[in-house]
Amino acid sequence: MVKRHLGWWLAAPAILLVVLVLVLPVAATIGTTFSDDKGVLAPYLAFFGSGFRRNVLWRTLEIALATTAISLLIGFLTAYVVAKSPGRLKSLLIIAAVFPLLTGVVVRSFAWLIILGKNGILNNTLVWLGVTAEPFSMLYTEGAVIVAMVYLFVPLMILTLVGVLENIPEDVLQASASLGASPAATFRQVVFPLAVPGLIVGAVLVFTGSFTSYATPQLVGGERQMVMGTLMYQRAMVAFDWVGASTIAAIMVVLTVTVVLAMSRIARRLNPMAT
Amino acid sequence: MKTQLHPALIGLTVVVYIFLVGPLIIVLGASVSDTTYLTFPPQGFSLRWFSNIFEISAFRRTIITSLELAVLSTGLALLIGIPAAYALNRYRIELPKWLSTVFVLPILVPEIVLGFSLLKSLAVGASAPIFLALLAGHTLIVLPYAVRVVSASLASFDFSIEEAAVSLGSPPLKTFFTIVMPNVRSGVIAAFILSFITSINDVSTSLFLTGPGISTLPIQILAHVEQFFDPTIASVSVLLMLLTVAVMAVVERTLGLTFLAK
Repeated sequence: MVKRHLGWWLAAPAILLVVLVLVLPVAATIGTTFSDDKGVLAPYLAFFGSGFRRNVLWRTLEIALATTAISLLIGFLTAYVVAKSPGRLKSLLIIAAVFPLLTGVVVRSFAWLIILGKNGILNNTLVWLGVTAEPFSMLYTEGAVIVAMVYLFVPLMILTLVGVLENIPEDVLQASASLGASPAATFRQVVFPLAVPGLIVGAVLVFTGSFTSYATPQLVGGERQMVMGTLMYQRAMVAFDWVGASTIAAIMVVLTVTVVLAMSRIARRLNPMAT
Repeated sequence: MKTQLHPALIGLTVVVYIFLVGPLIIVLGASVSDTTYLTFPPQGFSLRWFSNIFEISAFRRTIITSLELAVLSTGLALLIGIPAAYALNRYRIELPKWLSTVFVLPILVPEIVLGFSLLKSLAVGASAPIFLALLAGHTLIVLPYAVRVVSASLASFDFSIEEAAVSLGSPPLKTFFTIVMPNVRSGVIAAFILSFITSINDVSTSLFLTGPGISTLPIQILAHVEQFFDPTIASVSVLLMLLTVAVMAVVERTLGLTFLAK
């Protein structure tokens, strides 16, 4: 009996952990949003009925989309250069991208406090250059959050895309060149379409990561740039409005799962190498 | 393929790398400044902010908690993740296809939602000790590394070697440790490192699971920054960066740094 189901027995502890620690608690959290005394959808009506909370949602989407777009653009171009670099330089460039990635979110966000603060290095430089007479705080603005988020996610994008670009078969590129395509034409017509599925994977990672982030908007954006993550914390731990926090949690889960499923479907369809 | 890169592309890459490395160098500089406020370039040179870390009891306690959590969660995740990875590959035909997607769920669900749900269900609902809730959460978020990274290296393992050993009379458990494990060594090391680093640096899962008496280092850093703007946090950051350097050195020694490029 045990022997026949050995596969199940071996996987059981890990499955059990996922069910007990993730599936059930998260389902319970989402469940509480539908069992409110004031009506089934009352928490959602309250969320979308509040101009402040709608603003937070739009701001979070705006920041996540901007972060994704900028990370995609500079991540892809940089990854292209890294993938084409000669051996030793390439390893060096990869290490320089891995290092920030392995350094924690808090450390990397904190760095921007020193850079963007009122007595930060950027202000001091601007004053020294005579661009501004008075230092002004660049922290707690939407731009600051986006810059710090791009900083957070560009290494991930570079590493994902270097892998994708290196998997493009050499003979496809040679074929393109021998048929008379210029390097720029090869890049546009061969490299880019082949990289699209990888770009989508990278975009999904960055979008969901920035949409649900907490530490960076908390440190760099503060209360003035409240996003879904910081609002959820504020509802739960400051206002003790657990249903409100659960509603934000549910919106995050639905949005994340929808984006991941939709985009992975599109990525599969757009893959020119798929047969 | 030898194609010339456009100078503008090379220029952009240089700028991007300055952007990537610059802020970390600024943190390093700010940590040795002999001032009571954060500043760069550093004024004077002093290591007193490093010793200040250990004079603050909250840092001493949270450093220990974070290390305990990282070691325990990584160990637990490997303990239950390696058998699962083995089962997913060895019994690929017997087990349903959707089973591997179960181990994608921890990546799919936002960590902050997980942390909040654990607070509600485990810490408050089941009145479990906070440390236990933290450990459960951390084990869960690092489990995908154990399952998926080890699974990836098992994918290229030829299970007929294992069958040969068993048919020659080697007991199954001994076969697993002497035949299978050495072949997936690099996967296990990679899973260990990724798990450890993820746990040590985690904010979103731990955020809701801290309180008076118990906290993790990243959460303590967030709390400290809100009250003080002295170079202590820069020094803690440098310690965490040294940990990253140590981890990368381990990877270099055991797997070669090209491994990280995969």
